[in-house]
Amino acid sequence: MCLGIPGKILSIYEDQTTRMAKVDFGGVTREVCVELIPEANPGDWTIIHAGFALNILDEDEALETLAILQEMSNLAELEE
Amino acid sequence: MVSDKKSSDFLKGYRDAKLVKGIVENLHQRITRPWSIMEICGGQTHAIMQYGLDQLLPKEIELIHGPGCPVCVTPLELIDQALWIARQPNVILTSFGDMLRVPGSKNDLFSVRAEGGQVQVVYSPLDAVKIAKENPDKEVVFFAIGFETTAPANAMAVVHAKKIGLENFSILPANVLVPPAMHTILGSPNNRIQGFLAAGHVCAVMGYWEYPPIAKQYQIPIVVTGFEPLDLMQGILTTVEMLEDGKFDVKNAYQRAVTFEGNKAAQKLINDVFDPVDRKWRGIGTIPHSGLGLKNSLINFDATIKFNSANIQTQESTICIAGEVLQGLKKPRECPAFGTLCTPNSPLGAPMVSSEGACAAYYRYGRTNQ
Repeated sequence: MCLGIPGKILSIYEDQTTRMAKVDFGGVTREVCVELIPEANPGDWTIIHAGFALNILDEDEALETLAILQEMSNLAELEE
Repeated sequence: MVSDKKSSDFLKGYRDAKLVKGIVENLHQRITRPWSIMEICGGQTHAIMQYGLDQLLPKEIELIHGPGCPVCVTPLELIDQALWIARQPNVILTSFGDMLRVPGSKNDLFSVRAEGGQVQVVYSPLDAVKIAKENPDKEVVFFAIGFETTAPANAMAVVHAKKIGLENFSILPANVLVPPAMHTILGSPNNRIQGFLAAGHVCAVMGYWEYPPIAKQYQIPIVVTGFEPLDLMQGILTTVEMLEDGKFDVKNAYQRAVTFEGNKAAQKLINDVFDPVDRKWRGIGTIPHSGLGLKNSLINFDATIKFNSANIQTQESTICIAGEVLQGLKKPRECPAFGTLCTPNSPLGAPMVSSEGACAAYYRYGRTNQ
């Protein structure tokens, strides 16, 4: 239940007094609360937990980290 | 905004077996002696077992599984209170699904439901508020367990219920906090943990500003770590690098999801609704300031008070070693009941129930005879 799952925000709407979003989890759409990420926009990736979006994933950071890990991985192979 | 193709690349990338092997190779080159590292979060324990990462690691690394399983550490007293409340007439008890099979002193929420009690599983605490709104003639209670990841959702349920003027909604406050537990583990005379993988999603909410004093006080490296195979390997490598270099800093190996400050809106919400209280952890004992209790101004939403349920006698199983497993002192397979008297279908202890429990992970992924 602590298992946050990444999803992509499709649209944001108001449900009575609560800010909600439709979020795509690899083909499955769910309604989640986005009150905690007021700066979110459709297209943003987020981690969802217990029906709440906890953050906005930084895609540039994600790709940069991957590139660094790729480089480390290649170096390790060369040294083998 | 980035294109779809690039987006799916970044998610897939963190499960890339070739990259994981590369990091493992780095680890082999870097490590010179044995190290014991604790992953606090049970979600990470499961990911490690699921992807077989424990079997790829150099033999010098021992992963000690932490108490980061909310279902597992929820004290028997609160479970028995939930069972008692669920049996009261005119009550609907709502809970996350994991909680239903957790054994109380005598039985579990499933058996209360079988007896005719109204127990409903919800995905989000807001669903519990909705049930209260739709059933004005019933008392609806939400069993508010979880760590800092769930605390904002639980807090929002109370705020929302207050905003729409619901008087038939209350929560059984059972939230717990990670940093006080780290103090307890590190301060124990039995402690053998040399490095910590901090739970990435707890840090997504709370940031990691609470950790530098812990790293300094106990001279221990702490690395904020995510949940994909590559995240976990990166977290372990970063910890090992600091251990090998004799450093004890706090580093973030989950930068795409976690900032130092964390989610300020979520932290404010938690602080608006809850105050830190001493809380008993099942199998561990009472940890000062490790729980969240409702603020005095919101006491009307506290089920413990509404139902006067606080003084219930409890009786823990005598065979189950869940406490030692949760403290990282024993592995699940050291329990005489593991896989025989205790299985996910018929659990003696909470760690065999939960999707974050170490016993369930060992059972499900076949780590029985190592």
